Amino acid sequence: MTEVFIYDHVRTPRGRGKADGGLHEITPIQLAAQMLEALRDRSQLDTRLVEDVILGCVVPVGEQGGNVGRIAALVADYANSVPGIQINRYCGSGLEAVNFAAAKVGSGQVDLAIGGGVESMSRVPMGSDGGAMALDPQVAFKMYFTMQGVSADLLSTLCGFSREQCDAFAVESQKRAAAAWAKGYFSKSVVPVRDILGLPVLERDETIRPEVTLESLAAMKPSFLDMGIQYGFDGVALQKYPEVEAIQHMHHAGNSSGIVDGASAVLIGNKEIGARLGLKPRARIRSTVTVGSEPTLMLDAPSIASLKALKKAGMSVADIGLWELNEAFSSVVLCLMQRLDVPHDRINVNGGAIAMGHPLGATGGMLIGTLLDEMERRNVGTGLVSLCEAAGMGTSTIIELV
Amino acid sequence: MSEVIHVSVDADGIATLLFDRKDNVMNVMDMKFMTELETAVKQVAGDDAIKGAIITSGKPVFAAGADLKDMEAAQERNQNLPLAERLKQNASLSMLLRRMETCGKPVVCAVNGIAMGGGTEIALACHYRVVADNKSIKLGLPEVQVGLLPGAGGTQRVVRLVGVQASAPVLLEGAALSPEKALKMGLIHKVVPQEQLMAEARRWILEEGDPVQPWDKKGFKVPGGAGAMAPAVGQMMVVSNAMIQAKTFHNMPAPKAILSCLYEGAFLPMDKALQVEAKYFTLLNMDPVSRNMIRTLFINKGNADKLMHRPEGVAKTVYQKIGVVGAGLMGAGVAYSCAKLGIDVVLIDRDQAAAEKGKAYSSKRLEKDIAKGRMTRDKADVILARIHPTIDYAALADVEIVVEAVFEDRGLKADITRKLEAVLPRQAVIASNTSALPITELAEAGQRPENVIGLHFFSPVERMPLVEVICGKKTSAETLARALDLVGQMKKTPIVVNDGPGFFTSRFIGAYVNESLSMVTEGVKPALIENAARMAGIPVGPLTVSDEIGLDVAYHGGMQRKKDAGAGFKATPTFLLVEKLVGELGRHGRKNGKGFFEYAADGSKKLWAGLAESYPLLPTQPTVDEVKARMLYSQLVDAAKAMAEGVLLDPADGDVGSILGVGFPAYLGGPFSMMDTIGIDKVVAECDRLAAAYGEQFAPPQLLRDMAGKGQTFYGATRITPPALSKA
Repeated sequence: MTEVFIYDHVRTPRGRGKADGGLHEITPIQLAAQMLEALRDRSQLDTRLVEDVILGCVVPVGEQGGNVGRIAALVADYANSVPGIQINRYCGSGLEAVNFAAAKVGSGQVDLAIGGGVESMSRVPMGSDGGAMALDPQVAFKMYFTMQGVSADLLSTLCGFSREQCDAFAVESQKRAAAAWAKGYFSKSVVPVRDILGLPVLERDETIRPEVTLESLAAMKPSFLDMGIQYGFDGVALQKYPEVEAIQHMHHAGNSSGIVDGASAVLIGNKEIGARLGLKPRARIRSTVTVGSEPTLMLDAPSIASLKALKKAGMSVADIGLWELNEAFSSVVLCLMQRLDVPHDRINVNGGAIAMGHPLGATGGMLIGTLLDEMERRNVGTGLVSLCEAAGMGTSTIIELV
Repeated sequence: MSEVIHVSVDADGIATLLFDRKDNVMNVMDMKFMTELETAVKQVAGDDAIKGAIITSGKPVFAAGADLKDMEAAQERNQNLPLAERLKQNASLSMLLRRMETCGKPVVCAVNGIAMGGGTEIALACHYRVVADNKSIKLGLPEVQVGLLPGAGGTQRVVRLVGVQASAPVLLEGAALSPEKALKMGLIHKVVPQEQLMAEARRWILEEGDPVQPWDKKGFKVPGGAGAMAPAVGQMMVVSNAMIQAKTFHNMPAPKAILSCLYEGAFLPMDKALQVEAKYFTLLNMDPVSRNMIRTLFINKGNADKLMHRPEGVAKTVYQKIGVVGAGLMGAGVAYSCAKLGIDVVLIDRDQAAAEKGKAYSSKRLEKDIAKGRMTRDKADVILARIHPTIDYAALADVEIVVEAVFEDRGLKADITRKLEAVLPRQAVIASNTSALPITELAEAGQRPENVIGLHFFSPVERMPLVEVICGKKTSAETLARALDLVGQMKKTPIVVNDGPGFFTSRFIGAYVNESLSMVTEGVKPALIENAARMAGIPVGPLTVSDEIGLDVAYHGGMQRKKDAGAGFKATPTFLLVEKLVGELGRHGRKNGKGFFEYAADGSKKLWAGLAESYPLLPTQPTVDEVKARMLYSQLVDAAKAMAEGVLLDPADGDVGSILGVGFPAYLGGPFSMMDTIGIDKVVAECDRLAAAYGEQFAPPQLLRDMAGKGQTFYGATRITPPALSKA
């Protein structure tokens, strides 16, 4: 198999996913196109050499419907010859887009491709695309579908995490994100988003709250308690996990990922194209894995995917110097740390989605960039990025510095 | 000659389709009904002189709906019918009503009486629905209650009239709607005084007479939208899917099918939608759940309510006054239930204060009803005045029946029986309310054992529908008949059983609780046990039940058995568990705040973690299906034994009693319906497997092996003769 390299990556700052958010006036096509433009300009790419633009998007309807990959490429003035595609692996879409690009390069079908993603959660709210999993009685009953937040609380219950552990993890995420920004760790790859006049509308992640403390979080009411009990979602989940007496509800807005807008793009290619374009490969993609797990619990696949990715790369947990796992909920990261015995000082070292937000389809592309930048800064050779996904899936990718 | 639908056409060209069966007191909707309605619709459509039609009824009940007895029989008869043929049969009324609705002439439904189920479906298929302003009239689609859905267009017309959200409760709960409520919801067009019903129907045809339903007009939209992309529908489906699953534990296929009819059907043009509805109906119709629910909750319960075991030739007794001895919870409940129905009650206890306290039970409940506006002060006073608390047995000199509901103690009960015989009229019935004490033995305490019978009421008496009637060895036919008359007068459902340890219901629920507690001693997780019970469809888990009844009650019962058995006593694991919890650890259940659960001051409870110290958890826990199997099969075996021993006179008593009395899952239809559904040979094989794994409590009685060998069943063409009857 052809060796696959990451040449560059960019992301937007993440804007609060509400009507007063910093990116709310920017269309999702613009978010994605501006990242494609940045990637092109930073490497002075001849876009005719790009053989695919693969973008993740989880709610691909309305103005991010159709095929956001192809349309964003055209809006970014890429050559007409550059095709595009939108994919949906739920929350892992952005990373899966990178993995698909890597697979195309690795198999020799293309030399150069872009993976990434986009989600304007303020303009296209979650759930706008319907979906049989939750809506169709025949499907929801078959899957024992429950709310993702209830799944996160079920995961905590099964793993034995306390509310305090989840909150402490969230406080640390905020601290780390604030520190990383203060020290300029993100400045290399975050590209300000501009309005139609070309003026910057957002330059930094908008939702970080370094002032958060254990005490302030303790005051928050669990978000999924009422839904779980009154609307039956706990009852559904317990039919899959009948050994559990009751789900302990402990997740809330403060220890779950934030709703934000954003986009990401990663330039992937083989060795020859890099040499031809005069680009320096920054990392090698060692293995890419997506697995399914039990869909009602939904959120425990990252550890399974990661072990499989390690096995495929001939590595063990100890070989990974830095981890990035999407902070969908505190329990998701705590669970992987518990199962794989990963110390907290090696995972999400610059914070995560609890502090900076999780722009669904874009996040995977952002995390692989955050990981790579930090590996370079610390000179850590090997890193692993992973995300949990709806319907019980998880994606993991292992990269190493060249 | 018409026998069901009688067509007459007046000078204005208005046809009246009078639904008035000459062959039945009820307007049942069967094949003959469909044939004649088809003819009538053809006439309306084809005769140019007819401008429009009015469907109304010549009976006080507009339509009685489908014949459930016939449907149950057809479920057996049609088992081998090809699927396409079953669908065609099941869709036939739906297709006929669709032809009526698209016949080109305006059709009015003039609803003059109760129109639940099929009657409401006829009305919905008419272009104009006018209902008489009559308090007795109810509309509604209750099919879900017997595991079905309204398959003659009911789901599709309701959703098109009121939208997905508003139609869900109508279809998922099947509640009866008053004409006002139906009008407010938009299911009907007008409510008029009874005498103006036909005039309004005629007026509409002559003045308006639009022969096209809203959903057949161009640009029609389901109110609130339809399909996955309508935001209101999406939210409602997500929540309904979860709530129904949480409530029914995947045991009831009907609510899910109804949700699918709303989700899928509302999005389709009417003809396709009706096909989808008919297909979901066919799935339900083929499912054993609907057959079992129809048989037990409708047919067999109906027979029990008609006092099927009442001996013939005994004149019916209507009680004006009864006696109740023992004014505790049960006695007070019996007194309250009877007083509400107009029966005077002499309520006796050992002192006046205790008797008054029993009466206070009624006033407390009546005050609650008054506060909620369900009762007037005047009526409550009349009811209370019927209860006469006293300590004087002489007040019973003129009563024909006494319900004795004193503490469950043989000596005390024997004493009361003798006291009663001293004052009661010679022929008066003494009915002992007991859940387990042998009736034959109690009867022998007095001089007139033929007058003694058991009436096992359930708590709270005023709400629980079942009474288990227990015949002692010497109980006379007259006594049985007169006891059943009281049960009938109290509007309760009786089952009749022969005397034996725990009769039927107590031993039956005991088998399940005992097996569940055995699992605790083996180290099965208590949470798994509780959840498995609820997933099996049992409303309350066994550990909860044990705590609610009181572990001390089980403890004293066990101690009594130990004493009775003497040297031959063998302690079961359950006995030792209860002995440890009560005797050693002082855990009496909810009453002292600690049992299998810990009870907090705020009313919440949590399983007691300390149990695992005495009974360490198994490292490998059984599957939830295995736990469910142990709970349900322990009861199947016990029911089969009760049948083999002659305690039960009929499988119907076992099925009805199990569901109405002790919470056996209704979707299974009771233990005998469940065994028939599984197949007796498979039941025997599973019992043998469970007996080998867990003990003799699962060993099936010879009766089951014989039945399996002969291919017999408890119901239907291959049914057995119950041993109790063949002995007699």
